Amino acid sequence: MEKKESFLKRYWLILLTGLLVGAAAVVLTAFGNPKNMGFCIACFLRDIAGALKFQNAGMTAETATGIVQYIRPEIIGLVLGAFVISLIRKEFRPCGGSSPMTRFLIAVFVMIGALVFLGCPLRMVIRIGGGDLNAVVGLVGFVIGILIGIVFLKQGFNLGRAYRQSMLEGLVFPVLMVCLLVLLVFGQSLIASSVSGPGSMHAPILLALCIALVVGALAQQSRLCMVGGIRDAVMFKDFRLISGFVAIIVAVLIGNVLTGNFKGFSFADQPIAHTEWLWNLLGMVLVGWGSMLLGGCPLRQLILAGEGNTDSAVTITGFIVGAAISHNLGLASSGSGIGSGPVAVFVFVGLAVLLAISLINRPKEA
Amino acid sequence: MVDARGYSCPIPVVMTQKALNQTKPDSLEVLVDAQTAVQNITRFATAQGYGVTVTEQGQDYLLTLRKN
Repeated sequence: MEKKESFLKRYWLILLTGLLVGAAAVVLTAFGNPKNMGFCIACFLRDIAGALKFQNAGMTAETATGIVQYIRPEIIGLVLGAFVISLIRKEFRPCGGSSPMTRFLIAVFVMIGALVFLGCPLRMVIRIGGGDLNAVVGLVGFVIGILIGIVFLKQGFNLGRAYRQSMLEGLVFPVLMVCLLVLLVFGQSLIASSVSGPGSMHAPILLALCIALVVGALAQQSRLCMVGGIRDAVMFKDFRLISGFVAIIVAVLIGNVLTGNFKGFSFADQPIAHTEWLWNLLGMVLVGWGSMLLGGCPLRQLILAGEGNTDSAVTITGFIVGAAISHNLGLASSGSGIGSGPVAVFVFVGLAVLLAISLINRPKEA
Repeated sequence: MVDARGYSCPIPVVMTQKALNQTKPDSLEVLVDAQTAVQNITRFATAQGYGVTVTEQGQDYLLTLRKN
């Protein structure tokens, strides 16, 4: 007989990771990150796209920079934290080749959806913990997206298998992260850093980097994943990952109360959020469904890329391109509402693309 | 034998689930190549009433599931 896993052994790491992610979000906010955005993978990749001048949303002649341009050390830290711990634990495993371009395309639309809602699944959870009810609407959309994904997974949807790759191939993405860090510290004249707007609000580099390194390592070991939590609970009655999801909300809620940032639950006047419920919902349907097809949320993709998964590295490139498209074509929302570009067209095209990918990638005999 | 090497999360578990549901075997071998898949399948199989032994095979892992 196998020994039954004890509750503590099964849950402690994921609960610890969730609580720490929540606490990190509160601390980083206290030290300068935008409110309810301590840790947002979508927003931070968008800021990196801006820092590299792929987009300069909100630029004025007066400031000469956009409002969302900054190399976020949190992203660098998450990847490198996962990279280092996976090397130590002998889990660094360069692999790829599971439909990389399909993943790229899915990632572009996941990012478009995230920027319509204004946040990745992680920020959605952080927003809920901050009392933002618009994020609860987003959660409904996110769950709908995941349930649609589950229907296709049960029909055998998959993007094909990945194969082992060379050590060098797996190292490229972590090394690129080191290059970004060098640019942030020594190359300010080459990159753009916002002087106003959310991009100008940031915690000190060293603090953000260190916190993200720890979170990245813990997320790698616990496999924390926002989409995986709901997926495993529904598909396999496995509640381990979703406990991390809940732990983040609890930690953020307690942290916000302690720091005096909690003003109760409401829809109106939430930081960097809008109240257009239909678009909050549909944006997160795109994110949930797309993340299901990718096999993990944006945070998880960063961690996997740190472990040497080059399909995830391509996916992150897709997120960055998606962020640039979102801002350059006026698809990204702001606190005042959805973008002035063809938001509806892109959201519905995105849903159609996900449907096509879901249908095409089922086994032939099904 | 289920060969789930190279598939991203949670497809190895879905493949295992399908194989268990189809024939309700007393034992099943599953081949994977990532620790995450080992842990996920072990958790799933244990919940289904199977004992799991893991043997390393080069860069891969062979999971042997046996009904308790």
